[in-house]
Amino acid sequence: MLTDVTFWVLAVLAIAAGVMVFRFDSMARATYALLTSLLCVGGEVLLLGLDYLGVVIVLMMTIEMAIMAVFMVMYMMNPAGLMPMTMVHNAKGAAAICLVVFAALATGILLAPWPERRGKPPADPTKALGMSLMGPQMLTMMTLGMALFATIVGTVVLATRRGRYDRFGDDLGGDHVVGPGGGAGR
Amino acid sequence: MAEPAPLWTALVLPVALAGAAVVTAGLDAALSASAERGRTASARDFLVRVAGPLREGLRLLVQQRRRTKAADTVLGRLGVVLVPIAAVLAGVVLPLGFTAVSDLDVGVVWFNAMEALAWTAVWLTGWGPNSALSLIGGYRFLAQGLAYELPHMLAITTAALGAESLRVGDVVSAQQELWFVVRMPAAFGVYLLSAMAMSFWGPFDQPTGQDIAGGAATELSSADRLVFLGGRWLLLVVTAGFSVPLFLGGGHGPLLPGWSWTLIKTAAVLGVLVGCRRLMPTVRMDRYMKLAWVVLVPLVLLQALIVAVFVLNR
Repeated sequence: MLTDVTFWVLAVLAIAAGVMVFRFDSMARATYALLTSLLCVGGEVLLLGLDYLGVVIVLMMTIEMAIMAVFMVMYMMNPAGLMPMTMVHNAKGAAAICLVVFAALATGILLAPWPERRGKPPADPTKALGMSLMGPQMLTMMTLGMALFATIVGTVVLATRRGRYDRFGDDLGGDHVVGPGGGAGR
Repeated sequence: MAEPAPLWTALVLPVALAGAAVVTAGLDAALSASAERGRTASARDFLVRVAGPLREGLRLLVQQRRRTKAADTVLGRLGVVLVPIAAVLAGVVLPLGFTAVSDLDVGVVWFNAMEALAWTAVWLTGWGPNSALSLIGGYRFLAQGLAYELPHMLAITTAALGAESLRVGDVVSAQQELWFVVRMPAAFGVYLLSAMAMSFWGPFDQPTGQDIAGGAATELSSADRLVFLGGRWLLLVVTAGFSVPLFLGGGHGPLLPGWSWTLIKTAAVLGVLVGCRRLMPTVRMDRYMKLAWVVLVPLVLLQALIVAVFVLNR
């Protein structure tokens, strides 16, 4: 009973917050409405008994949305994103696409032959997840990790206006060069 | 293994944490006062100085609220109240002795998630008033988070790795013989640094720095200011308190009962942090960022590797 109530409260909140993402006229509010929605999803995952995944969703989404807010505000065309804006562009076309996608997904859900449940949930879902990631999915995770790491390094290199070679010379042996531009340790 | 606590402890927790925060803030204020105005003549004088933050809190409660033009009040208020709420929610997994309000399966991750919530709350607080200086303060804390969060996560992961469990109770029982501070000193050091950075306090107070007229807290007045700055003390107490089950053996100790060891150790950590604030100047964000990524992250990774090898050989 309590589980049912919690499920529906979180579900309605998640969808309502998701709708508000497109209704708000401020980038910051839209971002935090999205965060609210995602936190409710994290709550639903907790309800399923997947404690680790639920809390990790809360942790990662909070950090992600905080950083996303900064980038979204930065890319807005009005200064600091404090002026009213709209999250919706090409309203009619977008509405048509949304309806078609929704109809297709709903039909799929209703028509798909869902399999009966086999097996039981593991005693310790966190451990089962860890064994899966570090066992059968090890190669996927290692590849993914390297790809993400390469992306981070690449982005940082591209974004650095003034790296250590600019500051210390080609052989890195020069004195501390003081000059314009950013970079830590200037 | 931690025992489950009765439900009423959930109501006592915020009060207890607030009490600890008031005492810590009071002793810090007394230290500041004796540095500025000399030693106290009598015990009464000392108590008056200790009660300073409490008086300031009462003053704020009756102060009239100041408003700014075109402020995003909803987000600003949300940020302000989220700071103490996140601190108390993080405190749910703090064991007093061997009993926590809730000893979650994934208590260590829960603690980290609540800290992240407090982190975004400061940005919201800075954003809300539509004021340049407070916005700069909010952005500074985001940058600070990017510097401290990764070494911090690795440090608490190392403690969980040493206990082979994400449950705080298990981390405490794993330290019955040897405290983790002995086995993983680097992780403990990094944790203490990030405890100060997380509560944007002491050497890491740039988000509310004097150079930007109080930063994220510039435009806050009245109850808002009390809740935000009080929440910051709560964060400090909670993060200092969490170092006890993670690295200092929790309630383990000779002679005295578990709860008193928790209190003694927490007070000692808080004493170290308050001392750090008085001894260290404010650190510039980009400098700490460089230190965090170039030195601290590899250091804690190495520490985690050593602990992992140790755990595998056990």
